[in-house]
Amino acid sequence: MTLDVLYFAWLRERIGLPRERIETQAATVAELVEELRAREERYAAAFADLRAVRVALDQRLTGFDAPLAGVREAAFFPPMTGG
Amino acid sequence: MRIVVQEAAFDLGAETAAFAAGAAGAGAVVTFAGLVRGEGGLTAMEIEHYPGMTEAAIADHAAAAAARFALTDAMVIHRFGRLAPGEPIMMVATAAPHRQDAFAAAEFLMDWLKSRAPFWKKEFRDGSGAWVAARDSDEDALKRW
Repeated sequence: MTLDVLYFAWLRERIGLPRERIETQAATVAELVEELRAREERYAAAFADLRAVRVALDQRLTGFDAPLAGVREAAFFPPMTGG
Repeated sequence: MRIVVQEAAFDLGAETAAFAAGAAGAGAVVTFAGLVRGEGGLTAMEIEHYPGMTEAAIADHAAAAAARFALTDAMVIHRFGRLAPGEPIMMVATAAPHRQDAFAAAEFLMDWLKSRAPFWKKEFRDGSGAWVAARDSDEDALKRW
């Protein structure tokens, strides 16, 4: 499947790009993270501690066990600090 | 309900006046504004957001606040981009028949915005930037609802 993957805040800085389109066979967010980690050191560094990472699928907050079937956009970011 | 995510500055007084003018019959209007703190030698703050998700998430939560606290109206303005100390970052306004609901809803919206709205702050001091870490106290504040 084709997936748009977005990165925000320090994940964007560590990986070095705000978004990319990828081809993946990952069935869940966790599997996608494993694929990304295996790519290059900068991805491994960004996803080193998943307790510090949040994920949204098609702009809805979800968990790392969420399935990717039918999803078009995945986003990774640190805990939010608005207000 | 008006939800605005914008880079430009907003006029706190004009926004408050316009909100109150549109809240005729409500009885109570509460507003809160958050400013960039100039403490600890902070020279600038950069705010990043997730276009699309940020607006939708705030709208969902404002609707939840309106239902829970019997609001007649609510407004959230939140900025992104580079801000200087003292500049307004965001404001919330709530209107309700009585002040208790207006105050409680404003706090409910703020507690959620601090830790659940897709915004990320980076603080600049002496030319170097550091991402603001999520605070346990903000997470605790959310639990009371």
